[in-house]
Amino acid sequence: MSDRIEQARAELRSQIDAKVSSYFSSCIHCGLCAEACHFHVETGDPRYTPIYKLEPMRKLWRSEHTLSGRFSKLLGRSTELSEQDFADWEELVYDSCNLCGRCSMVCPVGIDIAYMLRKQREAFNLSGYTPEGMRNALQRTLTTGSPMGVTLKTLQATLAHVEKASGLTIPIDRQGADFMALFSSMEVVNFPEYIASVARIFDTAGVSWTISSEAFEATNAGIQIGSREGAKEIVSRAVNAAEKLGVNYLISPECGHAYTAIRWEGPNLIGRRYRFEVIHILELLDQLMREGRIRFNGKSDTPMTLHDPCQIVRRGGVIKAPRNLLHQVASGFVETTDHGSMNWCCGGGGGVSANERAEALRLKVFGRKKKQFEESGVDTVVTACANCRIVLEEGLEHYEMDTEVIGLTELVAEYLEQGAD
Amino acid sequence: MIGDFIDGPLWYLSLTVFLLGVVWRLVAILRVGVAPDFSTARHGGAGGALRTLFTRSLPRRPVFTRGKVQLIAGYMFHLGLFALLFLAQPHVEFISERITGFGWVTLPHWGFILAAEVAFAGLLLLLLYRLMNPVTRLISDTGDYTASLLVFLVMLSGCLALAQAYEGLRLLHLLLAELLLIYFPFSTLMHAFTFAISRGYTGAAMARKGVNA
Repeated sequence: MSDRIEQARAELRSQIDAKVSSYFSSCIHCGLCAEACHFHVETGDPRYTPIYKLEPMRKLWRSEHTLSGRFSKLLGRSTELSEQDFADWEELVYDSCNLCGRCSMVCPVGIDIAYMLRKQREAFNLSGYTPEGMRNALQRTLTTGSPMGVTLKTLQATLAHVEKASGLTIPIDRQGADFMALFSSMEVVNFPEYIASVARIFDTAGVSWTISSEAFEATNAGIQIGSREGAKEIVSRAVNAAEKLGVNYLISPECGHAYTAIRWEGPNLIGRRYRFEVIHILELLDQLMREGRIRFNGKSDTPMTLHDPCQIVRRGGVIKAPRNLLHQVASGFVETTDHGSMNWCCGGGGGVSANERAEALRLKVFGRKKKQFEESGVDTVVTACANCRIVLEEGLEHYEMDTEVIGLTELVAEYLEQGAD
Repeated sequence: MIGDFIDGPLWYLSLTVFLLGVVWRLVAILRVGVAPDFSTARHGGAGGALRTLFTRSLPRRPVFTRGKVQLIAGYMFHLGLFALLFLAQPHVEFISERITGFGWVTLPHWGFILAAEVAFAGLLLLLLYRLMNPVTRLISDTGDYTASLLVFLVMLSGCLALAQAYEGLRLLHLLLAELLLIYFPFSTLMHAFTFAISRGYTGAAMARKGVNA
């Protein structure tokens, strides 16, 4: 067995904590998790059953944490977790799982499958059985600072356009500002209107904020592929920059997994609490609205629904804020079936959108979103994640649906009453 | 001779294996521990753990729509089994005599028959589903079938022994129950205890984030 497979096995072994052990001990193989997974529901392929995607981890757990496994090992009847297992499961672990956690919400014995899959990816990353697209995204982030190769110069060019169009000055490296904003590369490249909206809203609300020239990227490819070291390096850049500037709050952009990375996993990756608080942009906008620092001038009467990004809502807990905001700016807001913490994933989370070879599968399982949107009976979808937005747009185009996707922060900015105090 | 062994030493042996095995499994799970969470929680985890411990007994609507068979059969089997185990007159008498020293209200004869029919129907439905559904067929292992078969045999022998007309049937039922007790800690039947830990962990982790799991 090669060194890297031995390392991967050791990593997987170290990932088995009391939670994992209780989860495997409790699993009765009822298959209900399959009914919550869009990959299984849309393809009917039993291999996409969420708990089955954890078979490598279960194999190791069984052989080392159960009496029957140890007994089988003694008798030479059990097989070690092999390189072939990593090769066979790579597609299930990366292409057919968004780490969306919908399965974790329905398990009758309470197994958090997404938690375990995230851990299992750490071992797969060490084994080398990872999708090329995700490997490259991590490598680019570590070398250039962004999975899309966005550098400080790229950001500055975008900010210059925003400043010219809005007449506002976007603060960079302002020592002692109250808030430091992070962005995702996709926002910088594909949706600069998000940055313009944030700038307008903050200017209206009188928010003391800044961007750091040392760390502006929020997306974390290390979290997605399962590289603890990579994820830690990316989180550390933002944490160090925020602490250097002495801000009180770090603003996570709309991007879903960026929020999970910086808000929930980050402190554990660096092994300590931050010296500031992390707030999601939607939480901040909701707070500004409740404090009366932003008000709205009219509402959109376009019928629209909300796509809840999994990592912000189900795995992040930002459930009410987007609804509070939407109710203020949209009179035609309707919920989809299975919304909020039971929403269906767009199919691009967990690094799947960066994994080119998974594209056909991703578009197939988008059929679930298509049905969900069709049932809602509206032609406009609001979301709050740049990655979801791109994936939704691609899926809607693939299925030739005439549905518009808009960002929530931009919608809020559109109806912002200027001059509120 | 064999009857005395089943009624005496084997009963105590199986009970001991069951109790020690369950404790050993629970300690083995918990002693591994969980890394400290440095993220700032929105809410305390204890309330979420307690809430999820109970709420996961009820299915969420989306999954109920798609997983009716497993859910309904699961309820039938578990409710029927609990009624038989803890409310059947022979069991209450047995537990009172051998363990607690006191008894409690028992099911009337028709209640026993009804509970047995519900439990049997649930178990058979679950087994059929396990065998026929592509998902459960793929993810099930020999342990799942062994546990189902053993529970089925214990229930069947129990029903046959109900009249208590034949001592042999009572002993057969007791023997099978003892085998089940010995097998229990080393099988998926442990979910009867570990479900509380797994629900608790998940409920607590999600509550910290502000999600009702």
